[in-house]
Amino acid sequence: MTDAAGLLSRTRELLAAHPPATTDRTDFLKARFDAGLAWVHYPAGLGGADAPRSLQAVVDAELAAAGAPGNDPRRIGIGLGMAAPTILRYGTDEQKRRFLRPLWVGEEVWCQLFSEPGAGSDLAALATRAVRADDGDWVVDGQKVWTSSAHLARWAILIARTDPALPKHLGISYFICDMTDPGVEVRPLRQITGEAEFNEVFLTGVRIPDAHRLGGVGEGWKVARTTLMNERVSIGGARLPREGGMIGPVARTWRERPELRTHDLHQRLLTLWVEAEVARLTGERLRQQLVAGEPGPEGGGMKLAFARLNQEISGLEVELLGDEGLLYSDWTLRRPELVDFTGRDAGYRYLRSKGNSIEGGTSEVLLNIVAERVLGLPVEPRNDKDVAWKDLAR
Amino acid sequence: MTGTSTTGTTGTAPDLLYSEAEDDLRAAVRSLLTDRADVPAGLVRAEAGDPYDSGLWTALAGGIGAAGLLIPEALGGQGASHREAAVVLEELGRHVTAAPFLTSAVVATETLLACDTGDAAVAGLLGSLATGARVAVLAVPLATAPDAPLPTGTGPVGGVAEAARADVLLVLRDDGLYAVDTDAPGVTVAPLTPLDLTRPLATVTVAPGTGTRIADAATAEAAARRGLSAGAGLLASEQLGIAEWCLEETVRHTRERHQFNRPVGSFQALKHRMAQVWLQVVSARAAARNAADALATGSAEAPLAVAVAQAYSGRVAVHAAEECVQLHGGTGMTWEHPAHLYLKRAKSDEIAFGTPGHHKRTLSRLINLPAPH
Repeated sequence: MTDAAGLLSRTRELLAAHPPATTDRTDFLKARFDAGLAWVHYPAGLGGADAPRSLQAVVDAELAAAGAPGNDPRRIGIGLGMAAPTILRYGTDEQKRRFLRPLWVGEEVWCQLFSEPGAGSDLAALATRAVRADDGDWVVDGQKVWTSSAHLARWAILIARTDPALPKHLGISYFICDMTDPGVEVRPLRQITGEAEFNEVFLTGVRIPDAHRLGGVGEGWKVARTTLMNERVSIGGARLPREGGMIGPVARTWRERPELRTHDLHQRLLTLWVEAEVARLTGERLRQQLVAGEPGPEGGGMKLAFARLNQEISGLEVELLGDEGLLYSDWTLRRPELVDFTGRDAGYRYLRSKGNSIEGGTSEVLLNIVAERVLGLPVEPRNDKDVAWKDLAR
Repeated sequence: MTGTSTTGTTGTAPDLLYSEAEDDLRAAVRSLLTDRADVPAGLVRAEAGDPYDSGLWTALAGGIGAAGLLIPEALGGQGASHREAAVVLEELGRHVTAAPFLTSAVVATETLLACDTGDAAVAGLLGSLATGARVAVLAVPLATAPDAPLPTGTGPVGGVAEAARADVLLVLRDDGLYAVDTDAPGVTVAPLTPLDLTRPLATVTVAPGTGTRIADAATAEAAARRGLSAGAGLLASEQLGIAEWCLEETVRHTRERHQFNRPVGSFQALKHRMAQVWLQVVSARAAARNAADALATGSAEAPLAVAVAQAYSGRVAVHAAEECVQLHGGTGMTWEHPAHLYLKRAKSDEIAFGTPGHHKRTLSRLINLPAPH
């Protein structure tokens, strides 16, 4: 266990040995990782210092004050938020050594091959097959969808069915897939916004060595739950200043353009402003709970709140703009490297926010999770638990 | 975990958690109310026109020291803050308790603390409020928002909460603030029939020349506004307690109640409604803690924090109580089940100290989102 003073002196040693002004960005990040200051709650030797997670703020503040480069978490968010915690928990020593450092530094981008055209909210119904070959490798065939960053990614976390004769949650295994392998084909998937932010990924006879399996054969669902829990935390857990989210642009427009104001919009804007401020405070309270080591169940709820707010606020913004709301900036097919929910224009925000209640778990599924796991309400009767996957209706 | 530093909002971040001392206070109040605040008995008392249990008030105010939380130790109180008072209100809301805590220990107390506490009359009154020996009420309608017009004439004042329980009325007049004993000649307190039986209302009439002047006109108005602001801000905690009870009771009921050969709580249509209430409850907690902390620290953002909490929490408590009645089915419509008491308190609280609409109008000024011309 390293304390705040220890982390601070270690950070100063890093800065002295690698002055940010004269050190290459990637070299600095590698040195930071090796100094155990990347994610301080990770183990020593894996970019961490076995310190409480709350002490990351001590390191970050010191580095920011010295003008040190960041590791651009937006671009590598899937690796940081989903692949890394899963590898840390279920990976072998060899896997941890191989993958965590280039992941954190950003040399290797990760994507997530979970969703399928026939398995969205019912993710465990997935049909992508992984069959063991005579040499011990796994041969994967299937199709994945909604894969952000697949066209940039070096590696993917992948779940596939390894035993169709078992009930759907039991016959799944979890793999690390090399996106440069033959048989991996990435196609842009054009969306409602006109952009292709996501991809379809076709897997045809992709060979994955058994050394790239995470967790036991058939234990993939358990491993995937670690990944998914971290995804929801990372989607809902960001800290915002007041008016820092979607409400910011519409409030500015309201202030700057009095000719657009109507009484109906005023009432709705104030209601949404209050809800956005309360959601911000709720996120702040969640963050304080995490820092105090008393995480609450609010994380899943935050995603629900922000999805609804983003949709309502951006819808109001298009309406406020009137004539301009009838226009759209650009329908050209583009492939953005970063997802920017609040960027571009109101029409884009309106359309993109429709995905907020679908990606990372639909709002309907999240409400079920809150009802059952937080409130302890009984589960709905199910008829798929004891049936072999191959016998389920599709 | 991402290696980015967080950026603060304006000023110091508010402390939105509960301290250990606050948890201890909550445990003491909850234990007392669980043992003593019998909802059916309270209902019988309320129907008889007096919902208060004087033994309970003595234990809460004097025994636990709740009545003096906001009063400095030098004046006989506990020297605690709005954060602790908010925790007491959460518990009083959870038990829909009839007790003059919000009116006397918060609004009247805050009003007096804004007067000259070196004055013997003010200090003496605060000392008796701190022990719960006396109860004081600011003689303005319960619906009065902190920035609304105040009654300063000599006519009757309607809708004064808990005036019937008060020993002392704090009366605003053109020339200042007066402390008036309710048993003095020239004082009438005429009970009204309230929507919320657990917080009685009355019309108060005080003859000119009655009582002791304890503040001049300018001080009086500022003091009353400070009292009402604390009342509005901490009401959010009472509303949180109401909503929490309604959600917990609804979850408990729908887990046990079977229809169509299943617990009704297993139906997705109902689960989603309860999950939505839960989301509102956790959000209301953040808003209520933020208001209590802003009041406790004397933050310049207190008016904004209070308005945000009051623009939000009233709807949450009412929605939770409405869902509680609906998801209890026919049982929820009965006099025997306590759900109606929570609905009535929630709906009254939505109006108390300004409606959500009023607080949104206040906000539009504070955050510069003006109405159309």
